Amino acid sequence: MAAKSKHVVDFEQIKSTMSEPYKKPVQVIDETGKIVNKELFDRFSDDELVTLMEKMVWERALHEQTMNFSRQGRLGFYAPTYGEEASEMGIAHAMKKQDYLFPAYRDLPQLIQHGATVKEGYLWSKGHYQAYDYVRRGVRAWIPQIIIGAQYVQAAGAALGIKKNDEKDTVAYTFTGDGGTSQGDFYEGINFASSFQAPAVFFVQNNGWAISVPRKTQTAAETLAQKGVASGVPGVQVDGMDILATYLVAKEAREFAAAGNGPALVETLTYRFGAHSSAGDDPSRYRTKEEEKPWFDRDPLIRLRKVLTEKKLWDQDKEDKLVAQYKDEFKEAMKDAEAAPKQKVSDFLTHTFEVPTPDVADEIKKFQAKESK
Amino acid sequence: MAKMTYIKAITDGLDQVLQDDPKTLIFGEDVGKNGGVFRTTQGLQDKYGEDRVFDTPLAESGILGMSIGLALTGWRPIPEIQFMGFTMEAVDSIGGQMSRNRFRMSGDVSMPITIRTPFGGGTHTAELHGDSLENLFVGIPGLRVVTPANPVDAKGMVISAVENNDPVLFMENLKLYRSMKDDVPDGHYTVPLDKANVVHEGSDITVVAYSAEVNEALKVADKLEKENISVEVIDLRSLSPIDNETIFKSIDKTHKVVIAQEAQKMAGVGAQVASAIAENDIMSLDAPIGRVAAPDSIFPFAMAENDWLPNADDIEEKVREILNY
Repeated sequence: MAAKSKHVVDFEQIKSTMSEPYKKPVQVIDETGKIVNKELFDRFSDDELVTLMEKMVWERALHEQTMNFSRQGRLGFYAPTYGEEASEMGIAHAMKKQDYLFPAYRDLPQLIQHGATVKEGYLWSKGHYQAYDYVRRGVRAWIPQIIIGAQYVQAAGAALGIKKNDEKDTVAYTFTGDGGTSQGDFYEGINFASSFQAPAVFFVQNNGWAISVPRKTQTAAETLAQKGVASGVPGVQVDGMDILATYLVAKEAREFAAAGNGPALVETLTYRFGAHSSAGDDPSRYRTKEEEKPWFDRDPLIRLRKVLTEKKLWDQDKEDKLVAQYKDEFKEAMKDAEAAPKQKVSDFLTHTFEVPTPDVADEIKKFQAKESK
Repeated sequence: MAKMTYIKAITDGLDQVLQDDPKTLIFGEDVGKNGGVFRTTQGLQDKYGEDRVFDTPLAESGILGMSIGLALTGWRPIPEIQFMGFTMEAVDSIGGQMSRNRFRMSGDVSMPITIRTPFGGGTHTAELHGDSLENLFVGIPGLRVVTPANPVDAKGMVISAVENNDPVLFMENLKLYRSMKDDVPDGHYTVPLDKANVVHEGSDITVVAYSAEVNEALKVADKLEKENISVEVIDLRSLSPIDNETIFKSIDKTHKVVIAQEAQKMAGVGAQVASAIAENDIMSLDAPIGRVAAPDSIFPFAMAENDWLPNADDIEEKVREILNY
C-alpha cells in the first residue's frame, strides 16, 4: 500500500490559524463615530458617556499642559500619553478603590485617577521623595515602574497576597506596552499569577512602538493577547481607541479575576501619537507620516465627541471650558510641586534602612552637620 | 540545647519564625513537599500547611518579584533561591526593586524579605551552584548581606533576618551544611545582623574571615598556637554592613591583619575591609594588610575546585608572611 507521505503534525496549519481566536478586537463605536454594537452601546447611561468623555478630555489636557511644563524645563522624565486616552481612561474607569495598581511610567493618568494627585505626578517626574505621599495616604498604588516587566511580577505577588488575605472583590492591576511583552518578567508575572490562580488583571497597551522599535520586531506572534495562552491565561484584544469597548472589556476582565478564576490579559490596540518621552525622542527618525495618518484619524476623542454631540450631550464650548479649568488645576499643581521642600541627603540616608547601619549612621551625622550650617 | 548541624539549625530557625508570625511565608523551587534540595525546609510544609510553605514555578525573577508584591500586601516573605548562582536571574528584583523601596517611600514602607540562598565551593556541585557572589550584592544600598559560619549563628541569624524589616540576603554555606555540629539553644533567640564576632582570641595577628574561611582560619590559629603564635580570628557574619569597630579594636591590639575570603579578590568584601582599615586605622598597623582570596578567574566547578579555593594553608602562609614582615 503506497501511502502518500504525510507529516505527523501540520505545523503550517497550526501556525496559520493559532492567532485566529485572538484577532477579534471588541469595538462599540468605530472611528467615524458609528455605533457598531448597539447592544453594548445601550449599556451606557448618558451620564456615564459624559463622564468617560470628560476623563479623556482631562487626560489630553494633562498631556498638553505637562508637555508645556516639560518644554519649559520644569520637569524631569515624562512619557507622553497623547493618543492613549481611551485605553488608559477606559481601564482606569473599571478599577475600584480597593484594587492594587502597579503602573509603569506611561501610566501617570491612571495613577492619578486611582488617588494620587497631579502634584505627586510632577514630583515623581522631578525625583522628589514626596511624590509617593499617595502610598502613605493609603492609596493602593505602587510606583510608576521604570524597569519594564518588574511591575508584572510584583502585581502577581500582590494578587497572591490579596488571595491569601481573603480580600473579596479586589484585584491587582498592571500595565505594560507592546515592548514590555518581550520581557521575561512579563511571562513570569502572568504565569505566576496563573499558577496560583491569583486575581491579577494584566493590560498590554499596544501603542505600536517601543521607542523606535516597531511592534512587529517584538514578536512574530500576530497578537499580544495570545501570549496568555501558554500560561493558561485568557487573553483578548480590544479597540484601544474606543473607550466604551475598552471599559467594558476591562470591567469584565476585572470581574473574571475578582471572582476567583485566575488572571486575565487584555491587549488594547492604540497608538503613541507623540514621542516616547520628553527627552529628545523624535519619531520622524523611525516612522512615516503615512503610518501616523490613519491612527490620527482614529483619535479616541473624535469618535466619542461625535456620538455625544449628536446626542446633544456635548459641545465645543463645554469642552473648551473644561480644558481651561483642568489646565488651571495643573498649573496650580505645578506651583505646589515647585514649592516642595528642598530634599536633604541626610533624609536619603535615613531612609535607606529602618535602623541605620553604623556606616550609614555616621554619614547621616556628617550630612546633618553640613545641612544645619 | 541540642546538638545540631548548620542546616538543621537553619530549619529550626525557620520553624521558629513560622510559628511566631502567621504572616511569614516560605516559598521557592522544591521547598514544599521535597523540603528543599538540601532538605533545609524539611517537614515545614507538613507542619504549617501549603498556604505557608509552598512551591513556585521555576523562575527566580518571578519568585523575588512576587516577594515584593506579597510584602506590599502585608506578608513577610522568606523566598529561597535554590543556588546563589541563580540570583543572576533576579538581580533587578533585588537591586532595582526591593532594596530601593524604603528609600522610595521615605522610610514608610518596609520590605521584610529574607532571601535564603546556598553558596560556597568544595562540594563539587554543577556550574553556578557553588560560586561566592556576595561581591555583587554588598554594594547595593538598602540590602543587608549576611552569612553565618556555625550552627548557633545560623539559627539566631535566620531568625534576626526574618524579623528585620529590610531585605536581607541570607547566604548559607553548602560545605558547612552537614560538616559541623554544635549545641544550639532551643526556642527563640537572635544573633545581631551587623556584629562581627571574635571567635578565637589572640594577640599577635588578626585574621578577618567569613563563612567557610572562618573554619580555615581557626585551623591556622590552633596550629600556630603550638608555636606560641597567637592568632585572633574574627568572623564577620555580616558582609553588608561590615562591623568595622570589632576589626579596629582587634588590630589596635595585634597591629597586623590578614583578610580571608573564598570569593575572588576583585572589589567586594575583603577589599572593603582593607579600605576601611586604610582609611580609619592604618596607623595602628606595623605591616601591610594581607589578603587571601580566590584567584580572579571564573570558579572552576567540580574537579579543580580544591586547587582553586583558598584554604588553611593559604591563610597560614599569608599569616607567616605578614608576621615576618
